[in-house]
Amino acid sequence: MNAPFDKAADDRRLAQERRKIVRDGPRMTGAKLRARLEKSWARPPGFFGWLATVDHKEIGRRYIVTALIFLALGGALAIMMRLQLSKPDNDLVGASRYNELFTMHGSTMMFLFAVPVMEGMAVYIVPLMVGTRSTAFPRLNAFSYFMYLFGGLLLWGAFVLNVGPDIGWFAYVPLSGPEFSPGKRADIWAQMITFTEVSALAAAVVLFCTILKTRAPGMTLARMPLFVWAMLVVAVMIIFSMPAIALASSLLISDRLVGTQFYNPVERGDALLWQHLFWFFGHPEVYIIFLPATGFVSAIVETFCRRPVFARTVVVLALVSTGLLAFGLWVHHMFATGLPRVGYSFYTAASMAVAIPTGLQIFCWLATMWDGRPRFDTPMLYVIGFIVTFVIGGLSGVMIASVPIDLELHDTYFIVAHFHYVLIGGAVFPLLGAITYWFPKFTGRMMSEALGKVTFWMIFLGFQLAFFPMHIAGINGMPRRVYTYPAGMGLELPNLLSSIGSLVVATAVLLFVINMVKSLAGGRAAPPNPWDAPSLEWATASPPPVYNFEHISVVESETPLWDNRDRLPVVTGLRVDEKEILLTTIVTAAPESREPVPEASIWPFVSACAVGVFFIASIFSPWAVLFGAIPPAIALIAWFWPKSLDRQPEPVIT
Amino acid sequence: MSLEPHFTEDVSELPHDLFGPASLTWWGTLGFMVIEGAAFGLVFAAYFFLMNQEAQWPPQPWDPPDLLAGTLFTLLILLSEIPNTLVKKAAEAEDLEKVRGLLPLMVAIGVALLAIRGFEFNSLNVMWYSNAYGSIQWALLLLHLTHLLTDWVDSTVLAALVQTPIGYERRRMVDVAENAMYWRFVWLTWLPIYVMIYWVPRWV
Repeated sequence: MNAPFDKAADDRRLAQERRKIVRDGPRMTGAKLRARLEKSWARPPGFFGWLATVDHKEIGRRYIVTALIFLALGGALAIMMRLQLSKPDNDLVGASRYNELFTMHGSTMMFLFAVPVMEGMAVYIVPLMVGTRSTAFPRLNAFSYFMYLFGGLLLWGAFVLNVGPDIGWFAYVPLSGPEFSPGKRADIWAQMITFTEVSALAAAVVLFCTILKTRAPGMTLARMPLFVWAMLVVAVMIIFSMPAIALASSLLISDRLVGTQFYNPVERGDALLWQHLFWFFGHPEVYIIFLPATGFVSAIVETFCRRPVFARTVVVLALVSTGLLAFGLWVHHMFATGLPRVGYSFYTAASMAVAIPTGLQIFCWLATMWDGRPRFDTPMLYVIGFIVTFVIGGLSGVMIASVPIDLELHDTYFIVAHFHYVLIGGAVFPLLGAITYWFPKFTGRMMSEALGKVTFWMIFLGFQLAFFPMHIAGINGMPRRVYTYPAGMGLELPNLLSSIGSLVVATAVLLFVINMVKSLAGGRAAPPNPWDAPSLEWATASPPPVYNFEHISVVESETPLWDNRDRLPVVTGLRVDEKEILLTTIVTAAPESREPVPEASIWPFVSACAVGVFFIASIFSPWAVLFGAIPPAIALIAWFWPKSLDRQPEPVIT
Repeated sequence: MSLEPHFTEDVSELPHDLFGPASLTWWGTLGFMVIEGAAFGLVFAAYFFLMNQEAQWPPQPWDPPDLLAGTLFTLLILLSEIPNTLVKKAAEAEDLEKVRGLLPLMVAIGVALLAIRGFEFNSLNVMWYSNAYGSIQWALLLLHLTHLLTDWVDSTVLAALVQTPIGYERRRMVDVAENAMYWRFVWLTWLPIYVMIYWVPRWV
């Protein structure tokens, strides 16, 4: 038996130990500080350390690489569809396989590429931009990545085993219900949703708290970089919208597994309930993908035009109002289901209104270019490609916001053209620009400009060739999701052009990857701030050390690195013998408290495995819901249980 | 760093482990409460959406749920706010002995509530597979049950943790205070669910 706990004696011991704490300051700086921080922030070595890491840069990088792999897989499916559609009455792919192809393509692109890649970029960049050493809840961050990975593996594992879903990326009931989709294909889709939603929600909470509480002192909300603003809005949107799809898919699984009747009209359920729940998520989803991209654009425009973004406040207000309006649009996906007259008018008006804040942002970027001194490096080219393409997609969006036109064009290739213009033009182009822009920060190497420019022009022109003819095919009456079409209806030429264009885009994406790999191996070494950018992520080395910054900066303006050319104001007194960050107030970012940062831990990975087994088993048996919940509960308790039961002089999370 | 550091403010005297909106835990808990609140809101919407399709609620020939278990549950969970407030105040005052005494009471109340919840399922008078009305009634009750369970497990773990030497750390007191805040969320969300499960079928 241990002696009883003597608190007074322990308090004396703690007071003594407190004097030994090491803090940064004028006498703890330079090489000595770097060595100390390196030691405190290093993760355990080897494969175990790889699984246990809570470094936001490692996790962000994993998110990005995994999402790009899913982009390539989803792209390969697109190429297969385009080859099938390149001529009429083709028999390369059969009808049911084609159903799987478009379902997997859409689900992969939306759930496994677009949202995760934006989160990954944010998880990497946001803490650097706000000048801190770690995200909030770094273990939750690690957990969210593993949940995402397992969801992706579930979907693609099933596809490889020939039980991939074949119900479209929005899985409408009754098609996806127990009557018309026997087997497990629909359940795989629904459970993949659960995985990715848990992941996205966890990442959203991490980003939300990071942005509100860990900003560098002085970085008031008004001085916050626009990308960080965009991610704040996106985090809130995820928090409000993703529960809808998680609920929709849970109700679907329960209809299929235990015979509830939510969507079954015969037993007083309602198939339209699915559409409402799905699109209450599905429409904000589009902006969850698009708003981070506008953040990329703002960052790139600012740096490459060498002046702050014109009318910053308007851009912020546009981001916030887009986030709000996005929740009032979902019914425009359901115009063809029949609605009350007032519903039509309201949702048409709202759908047209959302073009206003987006238009304002575009005018602000154009004004920035007009008034600045633009340099046309590759990232800037992607921004220009984005503006051209997105405006076309936005205008076709305003067209189909009108009910009569929508009823005419609903479920045709015109819609396919529209959403690829807004999603690829609006999100993928800025993303490729952003990867080129931040590549030196991620890797310490510059990407090749020559190859980058060739890639840009191929992608930009190939995209227009692939997707513009789809407008024509749609107006000529070609429906979506058909595996072939007859000759002699005016569909041959647009389809052939689209197929050729898609091959050009695929080649260009391959060139982009080659450029990344080549530059990683032998690109020009990048200094800390190769583009002369104004925000804090460029104040540290490229790539950043594990602790991000030697000292925590004090921010005095919106463009700190342009306004402090030779020395950067910093705070002193943060612990460096333990992992510690500074918390600041949410509006003015005044220093408020010091916060210990958790050490690397294997438990997020173990918890994700336990939850994964739970989710997958519950596809097959309702009992798994009951018993499967126990291992995750144990893993989560182990995760939160303090590993040392000795009191520390100041809190440490081990 | 390429730029020379210019030392300004000293933050070494700043506190750690503040309560309320100054702490990360508070914001994280808030985030998850909003997520779960959004899920509750959507289930409520689904309930009224399905109800809207019906001439009668519950549809004939089903009876509304029996009131006893649900009402008992509501009274007990409302009363539980008294010890819950005491725990929260004790944690914020860093009164460890009081926290140690009160947390087991919260755990015991949780056990009683879980037992009553079992009888609630029995008093719904409809099965989940009978029709959409039964499905949504079960969904409401089950969704709330998951919250009850989560907070009960959390309280149990905290009750054990504060008995250890680390129970003296301020950080544990922040955890206890945030857990008490979450409990408020659990009983506040129950109130509309109680009305929807037990009373709306009587009123409509």
